[in-house]
Amino acid sequence: MVGIVASSVPAVLVLVVLTLLQQAAPAIKQFGLGFLTGSEWNPVTEHFGALPAIFGTVATAFMALVLALPVGVAVAAILAEPGHTNLRGIVGTGIELLAAIPSVVYGIWALYVLAPWSYLHIETPISERLTFVGWLGDPAPRGLFTAALVLAVMVLPTLTAISRDVIKAVPRGMKENAIALGATWWETTWKVILPSARAGIFGATILALGRALGETIAVTMVIGNAYQIPHSIFQPAYTLASVIANEFTEATGNIYPAALVELGLVLILVTLAVNLVALLLVRSTAREASLTA
Amino acid sequence: MNRNSRRSLASRTWLGLMYALTVVALIPLGLVLWFTIAKGLPSVIHSQFFFNAELPPCEPSCPAVSNAGVSHAIAGSAIMVGLASLMAIPIGILSGIYLAEYRVARWSSWVRLGADVLVGTPSIAIGLFIYAFLVVPFHHFSGYSGAVALAVLMLPIIARTTEGAVSLIPNGLRESGLALGLPRWRVSLQLILPAAAPGVITGALLSVARAGGETAPLLFTAFGAPFLVLNPNQPMQALPMTVFRYALLPYKSLQAQAWGAALVLIVLVLAVNLVSRWVLRRQIALAGQL
Repeated sequence: MVGIVASSVPAVLVLVVLTLLQQAAPAIKQFGLGFLTGSEWNPVTEHFGALPAIFGTVATAFMALVLALPVGVAVAAILAEPGHTNLRGIVGTGIELLAAIPSVVYGIWALYVLAPWSYLHIETPISERLTFVGWLGDPAPRGLFTAALVLAVMVLPTLTAISRDVIKAVPRGMKENAIALGATWWETTWKVILPSARAGIFGATILALGRALGETIAVTMVIGNAYQIPHSIFQPAYTLASVIANEFTEATGNIYPAALVELGLVLILVTLAVNLVALLLVRSTAREASLTA
Repeated sequence: MNRNSRRSLASRTWLGLMYALTVVALIPLGLVLWFTIAKGLPSVIHSQFFFNAELPPCEPSCPAVSNAGVSHAIAGSAIMVGLASLMAIPIGILSGIYLAEYRVARWSSWVRLGADVLVGTPSIAIGLFIYAFLVVPFHHFSGYSGAVALAVLMLPIIARTTEGAVSLIPNGLRESGLALGLPRWRVSLQLILPAAAPGVITGALLSVARAGGETAPLLFTAFGAPFLVLNPNQPMQALPMTVFRYALLPYKSLQAQAWGAALVLIVLVLAVNLVSRWVLRRQIALAGQL
């Protein structure tokens, strides 16, 4: 009986995918696989291709992880150390509160505070000094890089919390052996603890990737909303989720809404795959740790 | 410098660097809080902010600015999150109990995987799903559809936190109930659930906070309204939608309201989080005593 109620959880998930599939059917029929490789988005002529949005989604998420990963793992390693319980508790709570802040608040903050600041103090100096690097040119107040900065802040709690648990799950004996052999703190962390937590940290990274791919509101507010594959990371672009957020309520006709739903379908299938891989990785390392402990 | 002192210096440098990165990680929290308070407070200090609905923008500046408010968004958020809680909390708690009490059942591992994947599903996709499911058949946007979308988001969070809280309860309590001849469902609902109550409440509170801050699933379901709506069968406004829509408009008066709404939102969300953290600590202490 309880099992039937509980089945509603996976049932909803299946229903979401099937509904989107059915709603996207007209666009899938019309464009086929060309939808994924086309780069035009023209509601007037009803030609739709998802490539720029896919590029924007993957590029922002990837850049966000590059920025967040070193910070997240460092914080996790510090938080997993013994001692100073109160101080670590405060830092841990602070990081978890980062996860609690609604994405729209990150959005308004990024739009009015972070984007102008990063335009003046990061993007412009970098592109002025490195004029010969094409993909670092033409800074704009809103663009891929700004979106990646906000995303980095938003995925940091996911990354830190899971990495901390994984690092804590490394058997104490391994650490004590390293210290007994005369290794310093850094050598213990870098050569013993992090390598044995590697798979779990990788899982945490992929889970954070899933979050970054699906994040909508904050990204929509700062990415600049230009349907193009930009030549520079500082230029405006678009992501799958933000195209849907901006255009869906205004989409008329038959093909246009279906094409937007197909973007959603692409997004949900990618995040499903990413999440499944991550969950399996995190679970298998947790199991390994409990076996070796 | 000999080899050992070089190694110890390297170790200290890296340790210092990692502490520095920890500080860097906390900077955004401080900045977001500071700017939201600094920019939101001027709008929020007028009591009309909580009792009036929005007024048409007038530029560059006019006295009407201080009379505009977000009462419609607060009412809409409260109604939709309330309805969503009525749907998601009972189902979520039952699912969580199932996950914890029947953890060996093969089906429960599928339910758990489903919940974990559903937590990671982009909320905008859930908005699209509810649009196709509840908006298209009825031909209009409504607070009800917004509430269902929020309920879908809350469900897996409640299920997983309930599972965590129920798993903390020692087996002795379960066994003593069964030994007294209670059927299994009564053991679950009348012994285990009350003992796990603080943890379950924490999960429910956290999911309410999450739902209260979500914008994306409401865009195509509740849609938004510029005046006070109390009938959930009509399109409704919500606080996060106010922030999203007004922040992108070129009118200073509306932007000020967006910051004010962001401040209200962040205060509510952080309060719920801190309270639930405190409740959870009580639960862990309580479970230790059992």
